[in-house]
Amino acid sequence: MNEQRKAVSLISGGLDSMLATKVILDQGIHVEGINFFTGFCVEGHTHAIRAKARKKEKRNNALWVAEQLGIKLHIVDVIDEYKDVVFNPKHGYGQNLNPCLDCKVFMVNKAVAWAEMVENDFDFIITGEVIGQRPMSQRKDTMPVIARESGADDRLLRPLCAKNLPPTLPELEGWVDRDQLFDFHGRNRKPQIALAKSFGFEEYSQPAGGCCFLTDKAYSGKLADLWQSRGERSYELDDIMLLKIGRHLRPKPHYKVIVSREEGENHYLQGYQKCYPTIRTISHGGPITLVDGNPTPEDLEFAARITARYSQGRDSDEVTLTITLPGDEEPEEVTVKPIPPSEIPANWHV
Amino acid sequence: MSEIELDARHLLCPLPVIRTQDKIASLESGDTIIVTCTDPGTLNDIPAWCRIHGHEMLEHRTEGRELSFRILVHK
Repeated sequence: MNEQRKAVSLISGGLDSMLATKVILDQGIHVEGINFFTGFCVEGHTHAIRAKARKKEKRNNALWVAEQLGIKLHIVDVIDEYKDVVFNPKHGYGQNLNPCLDCKVFMVNKAVAWAEMVENDFDFIITGEVIGQRPMSQRKDTMPVIARESGADDRLLRPLCAKNLPPTLPELEGWVDRDQLFDFHGRNRKPQIALAKSFGFEEYSQPAGGCCFLTDKAYSGKLADLWQSRGERSYELDDIMLLKIGRHLRPKPHYKVIVSREEGENHYLQGYQKCYPTIRTISHGGPITLVDGNPTPEDLEFAARITARYSQGRDSDEVTLTITLPGDEEPEEVTVKPIPPSEIPANWHV
Repeated sequence: MSEIELDARHLLCPLPVIRTQDKIASLESGDTIIVTCTDPGTLNDIPAWCRIHGHEMLEHRTEGRELSFRILVHK
């Protein structure tokens, strides 16, 4: 009797990894999914913050895909380990601070390590990569780099474009039938959409900007600003989460203000009031502001003026606010004149 | 059989799912876990994760902005 072969599939929640997994499942392979949480994943967390997004259905697409396919999904926290990929990408960055090639090497390597754990005992790795689909990580010349540097070597199978690549171990050993794999290439999505239709997949996620905030120009700009202000490349999870929230203004190099834009962000920023100086308007409706860095008392009062500018008292002569420092029981009350928009230079906006 | 509690408040998805997954890995079949969250995304994600892995959602409550899930572990 043939041994039941097992594969671990990198599931992003998008269509390609869903299709690649389905192709291998249909060949009788036992497949389980793996998904890595780096902290920069677009998938999942930010949809819960902004009030306007609350109307949309909130779901983790990787979990949803796994459930549609009837496979287990293991979500792995790689936040700390991933920092080295972001700080020191061997293959450099893409258009922004996106280290796509190093990221793929990292994730396949992690999948290999997970697959080789004694209790997991998997035979090969699947990804939904397609040659020519991504300018950095999914090219004919970079695909072998990923296989080699991740340590997966010929145990890395890309079912959607396998026929454009040399046969891998699962194909050579006859665990999977190469004839039933595909030769997709390029950025044209029609083959994937046709394959999805043939499988009866009517609903699937196709995020236009990819699955990582680091590919976003505005987000990368905020991260670069954070590094510059600290004089080093470093971050904690809270730092990179807060880069997704609110308006960020840096009046001086040693501090910046994060001003919420709406109710959902207010609630989210409240969760950080024990970690950052926090400013609230009390005479008018208004935002919550966190102050990051090393602000002086004068800086905090100036931050209160900025906060007042974004409050319902923006046209008033005076707005009263509270400033609460981490660890303080009683907030300090201040009354300030809102800063006029004309006195906020464009280059303060990070 | 034991019942434990997991505080996943102020974490955004998928972290509440990851914390639940990692905690359940150390539990035995028949144990129960109560997970408390504030991210509304958990309303879909934690039940979905339980269905995928064969655990049983015994109870779900919403109180204000807090959501709690009581899960029976099956292994």
